[in-house]
Amino acid sequence: MSKQEWPLYEVFIRTKSGLSHRHAGSVHAADDQMALGNARDTYTRRSEGVSLWVVRSDSIVASDPAETSAFFEPAEDKIYRHPTFYKIPDGVENL
Amino acid sequence: MYTQGLDQAGKEQREVAETADMLDAFQARIDAEEKIEAKDWMPEAYRRTLIRQISQHAHSEIIGMQPEGNWLTRAPSLKRKAILLAKVQDEAGHGLYLYSAAETLGVSRDQMVGDLLSGKAKYSSIFNYPTLSWADIGAIGWLVDGAAIMNQIPLCRCSYGPYARAMVRVCKEESFHQRQGFEIMLTLCRGTDEQKAMAQDALNRWWWPSLMMFGPNDSESKHSAQSMAWKIKRFSNDELRQKFVDVTVQQAGYLGISVPDDELRFDEASGHYTFGEIDWQEFIDVIAGNGPCNKQRLLKRRAAHDDGAWVREAAQAYASKQAARAAA
Repeated sequence: MSKQEWPLYEVFIRTKSGLSHRHAGSVHAADDQMALGNARDTYTRRSEGVSLWVVRSDSIVASDPAETSAFFEPAEDKIYRHPTFYKIPDGVENL
Repeated sequence: MYTQGLDQAGKEQREVAETADMLDAFQARIDAEEKIEAKDWMPEAYRRTLIRQISQHAHSEIIGMQPEGNWLTRAPSLKRKAILLAKVQDEAGHGLYLYSAAETLGVSRDQMVGDLLSGKAKYSSIFNYPTLSWADIGAIGWLVDGAAIMNQIPLCRCSYGPYARAMVRVCKEESFHQRQGFEIMLTLCRGTDEQKAMAQDALNRWWWPSLMMFGPNDSESKHSAQSMAWKIKRFSNDELRQKFVDVTVQQAGYLGISVPDDELRFDEASGHYTFGEIDWQEFIDVIAGNGPCNKQRLLKRRAAHDDGAWVREAAQAYASKQAARAAA
């Protein structure tokens, strides 16, 4: 067994032009170039993508699920940001 | 998200005592069909159950390459060779999706691979049977992958998000596996008497081991009830086995070969086939390491791992050197 475990990379696939990249899974690789090759062989064996991103997992900064409600709280009470907050009388069209 | 940084969060959380309130809140999320994600709080037993199940599943895919790999150079045509190679590559891919999913729970890839190589970890009993003829490749695709699909489709709705997502990907690919197996069987069954006899022989040998793939009877299954409550499992072993028998017996009828079970009959009242008792002693023996190929499978996996060590070391050395140069 190799002494050092290869780092983990997250894999993102754009399935076709016009769509954004979407998380597909992860791969281990010794370096960036190998990560791209491994991601291709693991996640696009049936032409699932036209573009691949790989990024070192330890480079991702993520929000903490234990703090979810506090973290997203600022948006909770701002219902006036939604169009449904405004009442438009019957008869007004195209609004 | 499958990030390594998550492991740290997991370890801190493990020190928090599991109070009844926390367990109740967790169960309420499960009952509400919410998905559990990697960084979410989860009971230790839920985490352990998933690590065991997902890693065993991954090991099964990896060991499962061997019985079919046995026929890669001997498949009867270039087309069959190419198809079989694609299928074996898929099995490797499935193993990798699943190892990734297990890693989100805080277990390392090296740890899982080490457990497989040391013989500590289990894998599906079915892969300890030999592939004696080309017809066995047909029988594996049709029966073994067919049984796997029965098990795996409900896992696409499993409560643990990363496992469920990996299974969606796996299930899409399994369908090709089962169809190519059935097509091999169909070609043999429409061929000469000798070819049809090969197909019958393969069915005879793979039928019972395939039924064992669903695990012990519900009354004997030690993990079932808790896994059902956690929605890791959606159907019991016996329910899935019954479903498999019902569809497969009909397919065997189409092929014109017969399932090796004297007690098999259609029960009008229930609308299901009833079938004979499985030889559970054989199942226990194979799981315990005494099946026809257990030793061979493990020796071959260890050899492949050892033979590949220099490649891993060279890649690591190259990456370290490039990183050092870039830093200089």
